Amino acid sequence: MHEYSLVQSLVGRVEDLVRERRATAVHRVVVSVGELAGLDPELFRTAYDTFRAGTLCAGASMELRTVPARWACPGCGREIPRGAILTCPACDLPARLSAGADEILLETVEMEVP
Amino acid sequence: MCTTCGCGDTSLVPVDVHEKILAGNDRVAAHNREHFAAAGVLALNLMGSPGAGKTALLEATARAAGGRWRLGAVSGDLATDNDARRLEKAGIPSKAITTGQGCHLDAQLVHDALHGFAWKDLDVFFIENVGNLVCPAVYDLGQAANVVALSVTEGEDKPLKYPVMFKGADLVLLTKCDLLPHLEVDVAQVMDGLRRVMPRAEVIQVSARTGAGMDAWVRWLEARKASLPRATGAVHVHSHAHPHVHAHAHEHRHADGTVHSHEHGHEHAHGHLHGPGAEEDHRHGGADHAHSTGSGHDHGH
Repeated sequence: MHEYSLVQSLVGRVEDLVRERRATAVHRVVVSVGELAGLDPELFRTAYDTFRAGTLCAGASMELRTVPARWACPGCGREIPRGAILTCPACDLPARLSAGADEILLETVEMEVP
Repeated sequence: MCTTCGCGDTSLVPVDVHEKILAGNDRVAAHNREHFAAAGVLALNLMGSPGAGKTALLEATARAAGGRWRLGAVSGDLATDNDARRLEKAGIPSKAITTGQGCHLDAQLVHDALHGFAWKDLDVFFIENVGNLVCPAVYDLGQAANVVALSVTEGEDKPLKYPVMFKGADLVLLTKCDLLPHLEVDVAQVMDGLRRVMPRAEVIQVSARTGAGMDAWVRWLEARKASLPRATGAVHVHSHAHPHVHAHAHEHRHADGTVHSHEHGHEHAHGHLHGPGAEEDHRHGGADHAHSTGSGHDHGH
């Protein structure tokens, strides 16, 4: 249940931005979640909806963008199929994970500024 | 726009952030990592399910290498300091981190635990995470490497069920291998699963009870220690680091009281941090390098 602690970090970051920009309201936050980031998007949404009450994010909807995981050979670029052994059969190199597939990023915050 | 016409309306602006939600944790983790590197301490994040045998593994590590290295640990649990007490008894100075409802350790908890704990004199510092195969994988603590304990009783498909944990592992210790004759577990199948979730699947089979495989584990630790920034030392740092580390080890082996060793630790700590202060910049290249060969791939999130 680390989703709650992640939401806490998210809301904290948004509140910092609100103060920096002297915003009067937050309308929307956009978060991207990698498939291998260790976060369940549905649980994260539930945690967000529970936690945002009483914070500056109370009126802000959250858009979650999921980033699929793709593994490929760093040498020849060959894609490693889902579920396969993560070594390139041709080059014998360990596969590399696609960008963002193991990250949780706060992408955009839409806010009202005076 | 509306500020110019004076109607008092606000305008809606999208602010691009593109920043990790855990950027705050990562900053503290980087700070921890610098501390460990500066003191030449090999810090490891030991993870695994509850009951995977993490504490028993550390007890066995003390038996296998305690005479050679100074080991220390912080040990995370929701409640009780049982693990820390077990480790103390095994000769590993330890501190409990009770997380309450927290399902994982984060960098700040580890940082706070370092205060009042003589970690700087250690050769290997274990961060025994909360027993959990999900959440701990998400939080960087500042460790040099992730070690995951997976016991043979947990089922062959554990790696496939918890890919995030194993993806981030630099080493998997397959524990309780003395039980294999009594189980219908196919180790080859466990290995196959690991290779499908870990790009570099490094696995050592161990038994804390019989001591089997502990020599290979100690060799792994040795290799990791040798690849620490100070030990491999780019240029300068090398000559500086070595005498320091040795002096420490010797003094402490002879010291009997914790108070005694603590004082020493302090004096030396100053020498480390300030003396080579300028060096810290030099070392950065080296440190970064070592991290990328070490845990860079999983922490480069």
